[in-house]
Amino acid sequence: MKKIIAAVLVMTMCLCACGALADHFVIATDTVFKPFEYTDMNGNFVGIDVDILAAIAEDQGFTYDLNSLGWDAAIAACQAGQADGMIAGASITDARKESGWIFSDGYYNATQCMTVLANSKIASFADLAGKPVAVKTGTQGAAYAESLKDANGFTITYFEDSPTMYQAVMGGQCVACFEDTPIMAATIKENGLPLKVVEGSENEGSPYGFAIFNADKQNLVDMFNAGLANIKANGKYDEILAKYLN
Amino acid sequence: MLRILDIYGNLLLTAMGQTLLLALCGLFFACIIGLIVGLMSVVKNKLCNFIAVVFVDLIRGVPMIVLAYFIYFGVPYLLNTIMGLGGVMLTALQAGTICLALNCGAYMAEIIRAGIESVDRGQMEAARSVGLPYWRAMQRVVLPQAIRTMIPSIINQFIITLKDTSILSVIGFPELVNTAKNVVANTFMSFQTWAIVAVMYLAVITLLSRFAKSMERRLKHGH
Repeated sequence: MKKIIAAVLVMTMCLCACGALADHFVIATDTVFKPFEYTDMNGNFVGIDVDILAAIAEDQGFTYDLNSLGWDAAIAACQAGQADGMIAGASITDARKESGWIFSDGYYNATQCMTVLANSKIASFADLAGKPVAVKTGTQGAAYAESLKDANGFTITYFEDSPTMYQAVMGGQCVACFEDTPIMAATIKENGLPLKVVEGSENEGSPYGFAIFNADKQNLVDMFNAGLANIKANGKYDEILAKYLN
Repeated sequence: MLRILDIYGNLLLTAMGQTLLLALCGLFFACIIGLIVGLMSVVKNKLCNFIAVVFVDLIRGVPMIVLAYFIYFGVPYLLNTIMGLGGVMLTALQAGTICLALNCGAYMAEIIRAGIESVDRGQMEAARSVGLPYWRAMQRVVLPQAIRTMIPSIINQFIITLKDTSILSVIGFPELVNTAKNVVANTFMSFQTWAIVAVMYLAVITLLSRFAKSMERRLKHGH
């Protein structure tokens, strides 16, 4: 029994020691949020978030493990201290800051738009009256739809991921969806989906930020901001965006 | 925690209502399916037995999340695009109800089959030998005894089905888990939200269990 306890203690200490490296961080992210993070045809985990984080880490000289946990789990992991920060195309909102989250400077400004079937007659928000609209939980697209819901009298159905949301529009379960414009445009083009972005449906957009929950990790946010400014200055940032958003 | 209850309390309560609605719809049809398939598997008819076995194996062999995607997206696609019917559409509630009814129905069928088979064969033989027809014997002699042994398993299955409604969050039905994910996404307060949700499920299921226990007691002590 004593031996077992000793072994557990030693293992616990090893684990603690591993976690305590000064310049090593665990960063959580979503599983699929194309083109910010996704697994490409070769099985590599890539995307704008992934590349920006890599460029900033190189610039600032820290190392990290990127864990693709999924949106909900990434949030929980930061709160629990299982991860130091998260980069998952998370919009910087007041409600999130009020809950104690700390965001970096915005690293990408996304506008949102409404998308319908290519042969749909829906041309404005008013045409949505009484019809179901698909959104993805937690996105700015969802927030945009929520802001239009009451004035235009449509209902909202929440899905967990983008593919299911598109499927709901293509299958006819919902008549429209709201998504970030660059993502929507890229997905329609790349996969040849029978969808179209409704003209004039774009909003002003909001910035995405890198987020931490534990205020002790403020230095990570500081490094992120400094690194972001540097890669914007040296052209690396534009290179990454060009690579994913042709 | 209080902030979430303050802002999202009503939303979460509405979602609990949706969860209960879905569970009730699902259980209602599950009972019908379970009874029919359960009886089909005990009657002396090879075709009925075969259909019952295939149904139970098919439904039990597919995870409910797959069934949910298949019914919500697959069935309309099959009917409209492949069979060219056009205009067939299932709401999330309809698809969810079908999904729960099929899934829970398959397990109920097994519970009912096991319950009937647990009654000694002699009971049926004795009833038949005094001149009762098969169905009358089943109804008056076998089923009343079988139901008593089935009740705890059926209640257990009800509770499992109530919790299984959470799986239908994937097809966008606004039940408790789907709504809670939204609250988490808006506030980024993961633990507080899930703690509230856990307590809500616990409260409802505890009430259901208590109610079921008293029902069980009443049935055990005659009618």
